Order: sequence, then C-alpha cells, then structure tokens
Amino acid sequence: MAAWSDGRIIEKDQPTTNTVRLRLHVDDRPHHLPGQHYILRLRAPDGYTAQRSYSLASDSDDPLLELLIERQPDGEVSEFLADVAEVGDVLELRGPIGRWFVWDTKSRVLCLVGGTGVVPAVAMARTARRLGRTDLLRIAAMGRTPDELAYAPELERYGATLAFTRAEVGDRPAGPFTTAELAPLLEGVDLGYVCGSARFASYAEELLVAGGLDPAAIRVERFGPTGD
Amino acid sequence: MPVTRGFHRRRPEPERGRLPPGQYDTGSSWPVLSAEATPHQPEESWTFSIDGLVGSPHTWTWQELHALPGSTYFGDIHCVTTWSKLDTTFSGVSVDDLLAVAEPDSSAAYVMAHSVTGYTTNLPLADVTGGRAWVVWSFDGKPLPRQHGGPLRLLVPHLYFWKSAKWLSRLELMTEDRPGFWEQNGYHDRGDPWREQRYQGDD
Repeated sequence: MAAWSDGRIIEKDQPTTNTVRLRLHVDDRPHHLPGQHYILRLRAPDGYTAQRSYSLASDSDDPLLELLIERQPDGEVSEFLADVAEVGDVLELRGPIGRWFVWDTKSRVLCLVGGTGVVPAVAMARTARRLGRTDLLRIAAMGRTPDELAYAPELERYGATLAFTRAEVGDRPAGPFTTAELAPLLEGVDLGYVCGSARFASYAEELLVAGGLDPAAIRVERFGPTGD
Repeated sequence: MPVTRGFHRRRPEPERGRLPPGQYDTGSSWPVLSAEATPHQPEESWTFSIDGLVGSPHTWTWQELHALPGSTYFGDIHCVTTWSKLDTTFSGVSVDDLLAVAEPDSSAAYVMAHSVTGYTTNLPLADVTGGRAWVVWSFDGKPLPRQHGGPLRLLVPHLYFWKSAKWLSRLELMTEDRPGFWEQNGYHDRGDPWREQRYQGDD
C-alpha cells in the first residue's frame, strides 16, 4: 500500500450545485485500476486531521487524478473542499485502494449506478475508451434530473442509458429504471457493478437479480447513511 | 506533513481517548458498506456452524441460538472508512459460549468467519475469545436490519468493522492464518483501530 503523498489541486469546478470536482497532480503516482479510490486527508494547524475516501473518475493514463466530492450537510471535509480549497492548494493523498470494485478490462460488465455513484463508472468508461473496448462495458446511470447528475453529458456521449426519477427526458417519463429497460443491457453480461447510496444500492441489487443476474456476480459499493 | 491551508477542526473535540486516530463520530447515522448483494434468506432457515479444528463441530438453528444465554455489548464501533459510532448496543451470544460447545483443538490459532454471500474475514482466535466477540442479532433492542448484517452478524468491536462479518453462517478454526476477502484486497490483516491498521503496509 502506498504511503501518503502530496497532491496539488490543478483544476476545480462544480459539475452540479451539490458537487465539486478536483483534478490533482501527484508526483510519481502509481497506476490504478478503474473503480479504485483514494483517501484524502486534511490537516489543521493543531495537528487535527480528517480523512475521507473518494472514488477516482480518472483513467490511469490521465496525467491528473480526478475526484468528485458531494457536499454533505455539515460535512467537515466536503464543505471545506467545496468552499475553501483553491487551485494551488496541497492536500495529502493515499492510494490507490481497493481491489474488489474494479473492472479487469476483460469481463463483460454492466454498471448500474446512481447519483455520485457514477464516478467509478466514469473511470471505467474512460479506460474502456482508451483501450478501444467500449463493447465490454455498459453503463446505466440514474439521477434526479439531468442538471443534478454529475457527468451526465459525458455518460450520454459514451452511450450510457440514463434514467431520471424527477424529470421527463425525451419520451421517457420520470421514474427509476425498470426491469424492461435493463433487460437488453444485461444480455451477455458476466458481472454487475452497483454503486450509489444505500437506498439506491438495495434497489439496484434487486433489479439486477430480477433481470436474471446471479447475486454472486454482483459487486457493490454503497456509501452514506441508511436514512433509518 | 503539510498543514492544509484554511482547514480547522469543525467538530467538537471528542472526549479524550474515545476516538481512535483518524476517526470521526458519525452521531446517530449508521453508514452501510458492503461489497456484495444483500442476501434475503429468512431467519427460520438460518443456521450457524463452528467447524474446522474443533473437537465437536456444531450447527445451531436460529431457535437454538436464541435459547443460549444472552450477552450484550455496550460500546463503540469503528469502520475503516473513518466513521465511528459511539454507545451502540448489540445483543446475541458470546463467541466464548459457542466455542465452549465446539471445543477448539489446542492447535487452533486463527478463525475464518464466513458469510452466506461468500464474504470471509480472518482473525486470530485470541481476538474472538475472552469476552471480546459476539454473534449478534439485535441492535438497540430491535432485530438487526438486513443491510447491517441481519439476521446474524459477527461483532468484534475492538477491531475495524469489516472484521465483524455480516450475514454470518460459519466460523472455521484454523492452525495457520489465511487472508479473508478484504485482507486479499488491500486491507490490513489484523485491523486494530487504535494502531490505525487500515491497509496492507500499515504497522
């Protein structure tokens, strides 16, 4: 496992009102697999530290590391990154971490992702494009509205199937994915990757199983509180 | 280690010695993390076994587990993703009581916990004995919710919570240590939060 290193913020923007995207430079960064994450650590003058994990959106060949941070209510780290951190600031980073929720770039997979859970799917899509293997990776992404789903335009260009629970888009009424919508995406798939909130993940798991995928072929990354 | 420009502690300073290094108090929320699909096997058909290097391998039904003397943990839990949840109450049965039935061989030194999903995690036997580990089915007086590992999970609260396997079906006693699921996927072999043993390569 890599030690801590310094990462300098090179780019910062706000893809949606609730998220901030950071692109950072790290010297001599190791390669990573799509789906892996990094830990970001903040350090106060009194030595107090706070650290959180963030999935990478960037491909390993990207010269910078790209993270998407969702602003959490009263979030000590996320609000700092959204409101205080600026281009040129140096943060501590450690990674890449995790060898389970990763795409091996050989299996035929479907990513069913929701909200900021799209991030690892974005990394997988970028890697698939670099390798010319977009035939292996299908993405189904769900958000509330097009404006609230980070990376929606990039996912759409990739060919992802998008669903919006609170917005009618084209001839698709507002609502979550249906089994009928997922059926063609599941054809010939070896593995399903689910990433999103606990609530989304429960729903997505059931949808994949209902679509005929073996529960043992489903990999899950959930985050956030349960809400109960 | 660089100080982060403009960053200051926002949470109140925790009671001294309460939180392991790098952890924060998640308050009343309880984040859900899992690597696999949540299983839906009903309680009535749930069984729990101890096997491997034991004198008398044993399988308990759901009813048989509940007939054992109860044991409750009051205290804190710590997740490697840096949240800690303080003052939790879990009830079930002490692993010591279960091992007393199965009679571990004197050569048994490690345990592999197995979930119905195929998830595994390895622990030194010493970490699940001496009143420090439970097999639990209730949280705060209510049935343990499925997303938190119900109906049955291992509870080893002095280690990071990935060691407290959800959806527990089996403890396997072993002579030699062998890495479990996360231990093969980049996490520390023991996972002591007070020594911040999060990932491979940590002391």
